[in-house]
Amino acid sequence: MAEAAGYDPLGAAGTWRHQRAKLVVYTLLCLFALYYVLPLGVVILNSFRDLPDINRNGLIGLPHSFSLNYWSLAWDKFCVGGTCAGIEPFFFNSVSMVVPATIISTAVGAVNGYVLAKWRFTGSEVLFGLMTLGVFMPGQMVLLPWARVLGWLGLTNTTSGLVLIHCVQGLSFTTLFCRNYYVNIPDDLIKAARIDGAGFWRIFRKIVLPLSPPILIVTVIWQFTNIWNEFLFAVIFSSGTHQPITAALIALSAGGTSVHQYNVESAAVLIAALPPLLVYVFGGRYFLRGLTQGALK
Amino acid sequence: MASLTIRNLNKTFGSVAVLKGIDLEVETGEFVVLVGPSGCGKSTLLAMIAGLESVSAGEIRIGERIVNGVAPKDRDIAMVFQSYALYPTMTVRANITFGMESRGVPKQAQAEALARVAALLQIQGLLDRKPSQLSGGQRQRVAMGRALVRDPALFLFDEPLSNLDAKLRVEMRTEIKKLYQRLGQTTIYVTHDQVEAMTLASRIAVMHQGRLQQFAEPRTVYDRPANMFVAGFIGSPPMNFLPAQISASGPAVLVLEESEGQGTRLPLPDDVAQSAGDGRRVLLGIRPENLTRYDHRWADEKPCLGTIKAPVEIVEPTGAETMAVVRIGSREVIARYEPDAAPAIGETVTLAVDMAKACLFDPATEMLI
Ligand SMILES: Nc1ncnc2c1ncn2[C@@H]1O[C@H](COP(=O)(O)OP(=O)(O)OP(=O)(O)O)[C@@H](O)[C@H]1O
Ligand SMILES: [Mg+2]
Repeated sequence: MAEAAGYDPLGAAGTWRHQRAKLVVYTLLCLFALYYVLPLGVVILNSFRDLPDINRNGLIGLPHSFSLNYWSLAWDKFCVGGTCAGIEPFFFNSVSMVVPATIISTAVGAVNGYVLAKWRFTGSEVLFGLMTLGVFMPGQMVLLPWARVLGWLGLTNTTSGLVLIHCVQGLSFTTLFCRNYYVNIPDDLIKAARIDGAGFWRIFRKIVLPLSPPILIVTVIWQFTNIWNEFLFAVIFSSGTHQPITAALIALSAGGTSVHQYNVESAAVLIAALPPLLVYVFGGRYFLRGLTQGALK
Repeated sequence: MASLTIRNLNKTFGSVAVLKGIDLEVETGEFVVLVGPSGCGKSTLLAMIAGLESVSAGEIRIGERIVNGVAPKDRDIAMVFQSYALYPTMTVRANITFGMESRGVPKQAQAEALARVAALLQIQGLLDRKPSQLSGGQRQRVAMGRALVRDPALFLFDEPLSNLDAKLRVEMRTEIKKLYQRLGQTTIYVTHDQVEAMTLASRIAVMHQGRLQQFAEPRTVYDRPANMFVAGFIGSPPMNFLPAQISASGPAVLVLEESEGQGTRLPLPDDVAQSAGDGRRVLLGIRPENLTRYDHRWADEKPCLGTIKAPVEIVEPTGAETMAVVRIGSREVIARYEPDAAPAIGETVTLAVDMAKACLFDPATEMLI
């Protein structure tokens, strides 16, 4: 029999073949990892090199000089679009946009999800379907309507305007996440609470919210990262000193002088990327756990 | 405490009629058990009484008040769910006091009520635990505690014991019975377990396919089932059915159609024969315990005793009694034996039929005659 002939009691040949396969796989994986990490590495290194070094040895190269100066330059001294306060003001523009937008869209999404999962009404399924449609809608499609709406509301070129946009645009996601999480909470809990005399909000606060941390962490991380990194709405609906950091980076690299300050620009890009990176490092675990875990353990 | 009156209650989900014209009058202090096979609408009926499902047509009264449009919290009811529905993030203590908290009962009164219920159900040691740290039986007690902590007009139970193992279920059943005897609260209790129904109920409501089949004391439901469905559903093993014809020439007798050779003739109480009518074809319903080994001494005690000869096909000892499956014509019939007197397989036995306990059903309508 074929199997009997290939039978290897010590597993020696098998082990050897096994190891070779492993070697190939790991080499490939390392190469891919290197490939993905390389751009980040280049940017990090460049943020410490002086300009002559970069010009002489090329953008990609090991540092022959080292200075922390470019980080501080990028933070609050470098000139962007006429003002010379670095990217600090734009960083805080982003903070004051992303914090309220994340909180509001998560909170509204949680209540939406609660209603759609536990207080069904005629047409609630259709409504939910329409809301999730927003997930698949490209941002370019809504640029014009938003321009009109911001105009009507007098919120053109304000942080509040961007907060509003991100709240509304994010609702599809937050509602989808929360609703799908809340449908797993047994209906009997809600019924028992109704008999116990609790109303809509009391049930939400006392029973649904305490079960929610896993999914709230997911939506907060998701919203924070997306809104912070968002670029299209930022460039189109803000200008000058009102820009969030993603839009300001463009202004920075297109700055008056024809000489590119690669080191300062690198530092600025890294500063801009830091918050989502930190969120990922500290929250990534909870993110995965929240997505895979049901409402009741 | 209050009574419950249900008049011509209907429930439809879309185009599906789940409850069809239910009428039920529950008196104050009664323990009514709703029993029926899975999907017959018991939970739906209970949810409608609780106000968790809307009424499609008809009327529900708690006490004197029509509650069709009243919110669950204003109906003055307490409910125990099959899933227990304990709030998973709260301690046992918070679970039990949640309702009082919602209703703004003063802290002092809450503490007293909690202490009373904890003592009643012996869960004092569990008060600071979360539901996930409790065993099935303990969860069940806490769920009961949450209902008992109030003094509602009506207690509603939806299969509260069905998630327990067999032994614990029997224990809790006894305990519920004791509690009821102590508190005497009006209770509606849903189960699909007919033993639970028989042991707990002051009256049983048997449901089938959205219709109320019979509403009577356990004894009546067992001895005089209103139709063949009830006869087959209540009692384990179920009642035997044999086609027969009434013959009133001379002393009234019932002639079995399917017995071998000449039709076996069984004596019939005169009043039964009279009300049924001479020559009428019927189905004889006889419970296994009324079909047993013939004993000569009974001839005087039991006036209406008939006999059937039949071959034994299967013998099933259960401990306290032994069931013998015998063949009568084309039908398999279950007879009950004392374990000592159990027959052997293949033996042809003479069975005593206690015709005073027999039920006759109309073959067309399946109703009791
Ligand atoms: N929300 C609903 N929508 C549609 N049909 C429903 C709904 N709820 C219940 N039903 C149907 O109503 C019928 C009765 O259901 P119900 O839960 O009352 O049965 P039950 O007697 O409690 O059964 P079980 O013993 O299995 O608990 C079932 O056929 C069920 O499919
Ligand atoms: Mg049910």
